[in-house]
Amino acid sequence: MANNYIGLFDVIGPVMVGPSSSHTSGAATIAWMTRQIFSGTPVKAEFTLYGSFAETYKGHGTDRALIGGILGYKSSDVRIRKAYAEARKNWLKVDFNVDKETQVSHPNTVDILVTGDDGHTLLIRGESIGGGRVRIRRINDIEVDFNGEYSTMIIGHQDVTGTVAYITSCLAEEEVNVATLKLFREGKGLKAVTVVETDSTISEELKEKILQYETVTSVDLIEI
Amino acid sequence: MNWDFRNTEELLRLCNENDMPISEVMIRREMQLGESRRKVILDRIDENMRIMSIAVDRPISEPVRSMGGLIGGEASKLSQLDESKAICGPVIHRAIINALAVAETNASMGVIVAAPTAGSAGVLPAVLMSLYECYDISIDALRSGVINAGAIGYIITRNGSVSGAEAGCQAEVGSASAMAASALVEIMGGTPEQCCDAASIALSNLLGLACDPVRGLVEVPCQTRNTMGAVGAYTAAELAMAGVGPHIPLDEMIQITYDVGRALPESLRETAKGGCAVAPSLCAECSREAAWQKARSLM
Repeated sequence: MANNYIGLFDVIGPVMVGPSSSHTSGAATIAWMTRQIFSGTPVKAEFTLYGSFAETYKGHGTDRALIGGILGYKSSDVRIRKAYAEARKNWLKVDFNVDKETQVSHPNTVDILVTGDDGHTLLIRGESIGGGRVRIRRINDIEVDFNGEYSTMIIGHQDVTGTVAYITSCLAEEEVNVATLKLFREGKGLKAVTVVETDSTISEELKEKILQYETVTSVDLIEI
Repeated sequence: MNWDFRNTEELLRLCNENDMPISEVMIRREMQLGESRRKVILDRIDENMRIMSIAVDRPISEPVRSMGGLIGGEASKLSQLDESKAICGPVIHRAIINALAVAETNASMGVIVAAPTAGSAGVLPAVLMSLYECYDISIDALRSGVINAGAIGYIITRNGSVSGAEAGCQAEVGSASAMAASALVEIMGGTPEQCCDAASIALSNLLGLACDPVRGLVEVPCQTRNTMGAVGAYTAAELAMAGVGPHIPLDEMIQITYDVGRALPESLRETAKGGCAVAPSLCAECSREAAWQKARSLM
C-alpha cells in the first residue's frame, strides 16, 4: 500500500511491542523483512549489531525483536517477549555479535546472516531510522535502498539486457502500477537485484511468471 | 475538495469554512489521502483504543518488572494509595496511574500504541481513560479525541520533530501532551481554536525538556515524565477553555520547540550522556555493574 504521506496511524501508531520504536519495533521489522526475502526454512540466524544497537540492545529487547522477526513475527506480536524460547521450539539457532568499532552510516544498523536447512545463506543489512521506520541497505553483496512501505518485489537476476523489460511487461499485463523501480548490481553483466515498489499487491501468479524468465534466480514479495 | 493541510492555520481554515471539529477534517484527510472508507479508519481507531486500554489496565492488576529492571509495579502501588493521602483529586489521580501503567507495559515489552512515540505512549491513553473513568463521556467522543490528537501530532511531525534523539523529550512527551490537551478540549466541547490554544500552552510549558534516559533505557525518568505530560494536558485544556492565553500561536510554538530542541546539547538528546542519565547515585550503580560484568568476562 502506498504510504507517502504522514497519516493518522503514523501518529497514533504503530501498534508495537515496547519499549522503543527504533530499537525494538524497527529491529523486528528489519528481521521480519529479512524473513520475507529469505526462501526456505531458517535454521540459523547470526546478528551483528553496530552503533547504538551495539550499546543498548539488551535493555531495549532488540535481540528478542530480531529473533522474533526471523521467526516471522511482526513488531506487534507479543511472542517477541519469549523469542529465545520460541527460537528453540522452532529449531532456530541464534548468535549475537557486537561490533562497536566499525563505522556505519546510521547509528542503528544490524547485519543479519540467515542459513536455511538446505545450507544456503542470505545476508541483509538494515537500518532502523526512527519511529519504527526502516531501510534495507544490503542484500548479500549488493547495496540496495528500500523501506518496505510499499508492496515490494525483490528480484534476483543476472544483469542481462531484456530482464527489466520482461519484468515491467509482466507488471503492465496485470495492470500493476509501478511506484519505483531500481536496479542494483555488483557490476556489468554480474549479479543484480531489481526492487520494484508498486501501488497494489502483487499476486503469486505474477511472481511465478517472472520467476520463469531464464535470467531470473529469485523473486520475493514484502507486504507489510 | 482538498482536505490536506500543512499547518494549524490551514487546519483551522478548513474547520471554520466547513463548520467542523478538527477530528472531522482529519478523518476526511485520511479518507482522501489513504483512499480508505470511514468505517475502515474508525475500526482501526477502535482497535488502537482497545490496545491502549489493555496497556493501561494490565500493570495495575499484574505488575511486572521492566526489561532494564529499573521500574515495575508503580501503577499498582499508586492505585493502592490510601484515599486520604491522594491529594490530586480523582481525575488527575487516575491520569497519573494510567500514565505509569502504560510506561510499565512499554518497558516490559508489552503491546502499546506509539502516540506519537513509544517513550511518550502513556500520555494520550492516560488522559482519555481517566476522563472516561471520571466523567460521563461517550466512546464516540473518545474516538474523536484520538483523531483530533492525530491531527496535532501530524502537524508537529511535519513541521517540527517527535524524536527525542533529534529534539529532546519536549519533542516526545511535549508533543504527546499537546496532542492530549487538544483532544481534551474537543471532547469537552471546545472550539478548534481552543484545541490549538491548548496544544500551544502544553508545548510552551514543556519547552526545553531534556531527553536523558538512565542507561539509555525507556524507564527512568521517562515513566514519570509521562505522568507530567498527562497532567500538563489537563492544565492546558482548562486554561484554553477559559480563554486564558495562549501567548503564542501553535504554528509558531511548534517551530520554537523545534529550534530549542536542535539547540539542546547532544548530551541531552537520548544519548544517556547528560541530565538524569548521569545522576551520581545511579552512575555508581552502573559502574558497579560494569565492574561485575568485566569480572565475569575474565572468569
